[in-house]
Amino acid sequence: MEEREHAVGKSVKRVDAFEKVTGRAKYTDDLCDKSAYVVRILHSTVAHGIVKSVDASEAEKIPGVVKVVTCFDVPKNYFPTAGHPWSTEPAHQDVADRLLLQEHVKFYGDDVAAVVAENEVAAAQAVRAMKVEYEELPFVLDVQKAMEDTAPQIHEEYPNNILKHTTIRNGSYEEARKEPGLIKVEGWYDTPTVQHCHIENFICYAYMEQGRIVVVSSTQIPHICRRVVGQALGIPWGKVRVIKPYIGGGFGNKQDILYEPLCAYLSTVVGGRLVKLDVSREETFVSNRVRHAVRTHIISYVRPDGSFAARKIECFSDQGAYASHGHSIAAKGLGAFPQLYPCPNVDGDAYTVFTNKPVSGAMRGYGIPQAMFALESHTDDVAKAVGMSPYEFRWKYLMPVGYTDGFSKNVNYYDTFHQCMEKGKAYIDYDRKVKEYENQTGEVRKGIGVAAFWYNTGVWPISLETSSCRMVLNQDGSIQVQVGETEIGQGADTAFAQMAAETLGIPVDQVHVMTVQDTDITPFGTGAYASRQTYMAGFSINQTAALLKSHILDTAQELTRHTKESLDIINGKIIRRGDGEVLMSLADLAMEKLYSLTNNGHLTAESTYQAKTNAYSFGCTFAEVEVDIPACRAELTNIINVHDCGQLINPSLALAQVHGGMSMGIGYGLTERLIFDEKTGKPLNNNLLDYKLSTFMDHPHLEGQFVENYEPTSAYGTKALGEPPVCSVAPAIRNAVLQATGVAVDEIPLTPHILFKRFKEEGLV
Amino acid sequence: MYDMKALYEAESVPHAIQLLKEHPEAQIIAGGSDVLVQMREGKRAGAELVSIYGLDELRGVKMEEDGTIRIGSLTSFSHITKDPVIQKYINVLGEAVDKVGGPQIRNIGTIGGNTCNGVTSADSAATLFAWDAVVELTGPEGIRTMPIREFYIKAGKVALAPAEIQTGILIPKASYEGYYGHYIKYAMRNAMDIATLGCSVNVKLSDDRSILEDVRIAYGVAGPVPMRAVHAEEAGRGVLVSADSIEKIGDTVLEDVTPRDSWRASKAFREHIAKVLCKRALKESVRLAGGVIHE
Repeated sequence: MEEREHAVGKSVKRVDAFEKVTGRAKYTDDLCDKSAYVVRILHSTVAHGIVKSVDASEAEKIPGVVKVVTCFDVPKNYFPTAGHPWSTEPAHQDVADRLLLQEHVKFYGDDVAAVVAENEVAAAQAVRAMKVEYEELPFVLDVQKAMEDTAPQIHEEYPNNILKHTTIRNGSYEEARKEPGLIKVEGWYDTPTVQHCHIENFICYAYMEQGRIVVVSSTQIPHICRRVVGQALGIPWGKVRVIKPYIGGGFGNKQDILYEPLCAYLSTVVGGRLVKLDVSREETFVSNRVRHAVRTHIISYVRPDGSFAARKIECFSDQGAYASHGHSIAAKGLGAFPQLYPCPNVDGDAYTVFTNKPVSGAMRGYGIPQAMFALESHTDDVAKAVGMSPYEFRWKYLMPVGYTDGFSKNVNYYDTFHQCMEKGKAYIDYDRKVKEYENQTGEVRKGIGVAAFWYNTGVWPISLETSSCRMVLNQDGSIQVQVGETEIGQGADTAFAQMAAETLGIPVDQVHVMTVQDTDITPFGTGAYASRQTYMAGFSINQTAALLKSHILDTAQELTRHTKESLDIINGKIIRRGDGEVLMSLADLAMEKLYSLTNNGHLTAESTYQAKTNAYSFGCTFAEVEVDIPACRAELTNIINVHDCGQLINPSLALAQVHGGMSMGIGYGLTERLIFDEKTGKPLNNNLLDYKLSTFMDHPHLEGQFVENYEPTSAYGTKALGEPPVCSVAPAIRNAVLQATGVAVDEIPLTPHILFKRFKEEGLV
Repeated sequence: MYDMKALYEAESVPHAIQLLKEHPEAQIIAGGSDVLVQMREGKRAGAELVSIYGLDELRGVKMEEDGTIRIGSLTSFSHITKDPVIQKYINVLGEAVDKVGGPQIRNIGTIGGNTCNGVTSADSAATLFAWDAVVELTGPEGIRTMPIREFYIKAGKVALAPAEIQTGILIPKASYEGYYGHYIKYAMRNAMDIATLGCSVNVKLSDDRSILEDVRIAYGVAGPVPMRAVHAEEAGRGVLVSADSIEKIGDTVLEDVTPRDSWRASKAFREHIAKVLCKRALKESVRLAGGVIHE
């Protein structure tokens, strides 16, 4: 009698652990042949202007320089860069506002020209030797100033630089706020421009083969990359092949098409030779993508019991110079607002506005870290105004069980918020400490803060949600699995292997997930983004494994003469359901089928699942700080994130996701910010010394805990976890500083500079 | 791949001097943690380099007969931190250089390079200023010494004559005997950072530990080069060990420091922190000296 061993819910080792730990895993640069030509890009040194001329005569004389291409040479095919699924309806397509190189430069760091050289030194020398003449135009860096009538116009088609403006009008804000006895709470909340800082900078290489262009890229979205390279070069998409090897992180920066089209184009102008474009860290900060800085204005009219009568929110999202993911980020943030604390009367406005700054795109959390900073900081301000504890307020007014969103059809099935808050509260010893930290007077004061969030798992119904999967059975009973969802360091391949093993009934180590994705071979899929990998791939893996299992059991029926319905696969063996008797191993079955002289066959399955569901993911952060008032320093001393992401497929990997997201949230709340010179628009700290990504020395122990409420819409009961851990960290830290000092700081990161300014205003220093 | 014209490896101090005479445009390179970064940024692209990294005679810490502590210029930060002579007599220097970058940088970076780079934020500099360190320079004309305060000329510029190299840093016995010190690096994170402000203080107490016989206060990043807070020191010399004295000394620092507004920090913020650090470093130095601060 064979007992079924489950693959899901276990902390199995990452399928790529040994490769990565030993350094054997091959990333893009490891794969690139050393004969490659090297590309260096000449970036704009003005924030806004028209390139009048590029003098490359000195550059071309440098030994080793092969080709200089300027903004005047490239085809005028405007293309979109966002890693969104394409829409066949023009109205829903991403804004196509990029060229390979730009004559009209719109930020300091825009791409003016490119050098192809035999080596890095020659390429760098050539870039330094080029002379660019600009007609300088006025520029604007502030999102609200950019909306003024007198502001410089960055894109002709967008008056007042507004890329898009969307609204929410629920009930009647104007009527509802007239109710007698309401308390008005108002605040402005600012979040900074930050960068993803994945370990592996963006890199790609391209060459031509059999009349096609092959691009190997560190991308989250190989199939989308194929489409955009085709669009940018004006060639049929089938002429483009994109290969994605192992990736050293992306966090959304690589959910955008960065320099793949330029690299592909440069290969075509040097006879299809192998050309590599390896972006430096300094360029990654400026000339890739950043997180949208969002300024948020919230007004709440609250009854003395804390209930909301009417609320108003305005968000101003800094798009930077090009549309990229555009308004999707601000719209997502705005959409989160009315749901976290339901209120019948809400006015909301979100504006996405062009400025002469680096381009904002996707970044882990996609608008929700910004929205949660504003919303959950404001929640503490409201609780304070009505004299409730921040915990009690949230306990009472957070999204209740049974809440249903009319648009996404998401349902809050369980009492998740209360479960998460109770866990966090117990771990951090909230009640005792909050009391202990009241009315402190010393130089160093402690405080404790809490913040919650909700997060959508995928992009339905705003966008297409589809996943395709292919499985092939080998002679030894193992399988290959291919999906369009992408391993980018998060551990997706391991979760895929576990889910495939679970449904098929084979051991996890018998599943080989094809981590290298190749648009010629890998089933169509839109890649790694949102927090959809496990949820979405789960559907197609489950469906395809069931299909393969059915084929296997057909064969088992031929070989065992038992009816298919009486058979099953458990632990890689064909068993008889009735008594659990093992009839044969899957390996024996595969050998028989593959080499049969009478009834030969190749056992494979392939299917697509289009999801028309989405799922709420929930959680909260509790943070404890020690504020050294004279030193203007807030030190995080204790922190816990609690998540409900449904059933955990792999608890260890889930915890690793939580740790990584918390770290990102800590940097967001305390140290990270990209700074620009007001006079020139030049980025000032685009390197890892001056941009203060936090280090191990800046983190306390990161505690992650889970509430596992099985998600009913999911194939394996799972839902979003990739992005959620970053969402509620910064406001929890801000609220902890508020408890410690009584000072509300409404601008992150809470650096000593900002604390000094606020403490001075409040007379503490 | 670095854009360098040539690399010459010195085999001895005289050979290094000879190479520098033959290649007057050459840049001296030791651990390379500054020079290579600058080359990568294009600032020294195409440079000729004279490497002195192989000169083991310039490595190590020793106590000379007259009690002078000699630190070879190529001694790495991690070596200094772990050296028993440093730990016994001027432990604060070991603590200060342990704040540089991260472990890899502290293994490759040298104290000579840190000072010859001429930047105000060098973690070793404030403490060397505070201990009245003397630098030893060796060149075509032989060996000469000068107080570290004279070695720094302006931001990025030190008093190295053509073909001269720094061969040692000396702390005379009179500078350290009876003194206890503390360094505070104020930075935006706890590792891999340069100081927003650095303050190194040391004190000598009277035998009964009730009087501040001597106070030395030095800063990094409070001006274009590391500096001593002479007015504050004056205010602290010969006064009673008390919280009140420490407040007064700390407040006097504003007569000395000349920080500027920059995107890294405002002048007002740096001035505020200069006072806070001075007071805290003083308190800790007094504690290390066995003193008790009376309210």
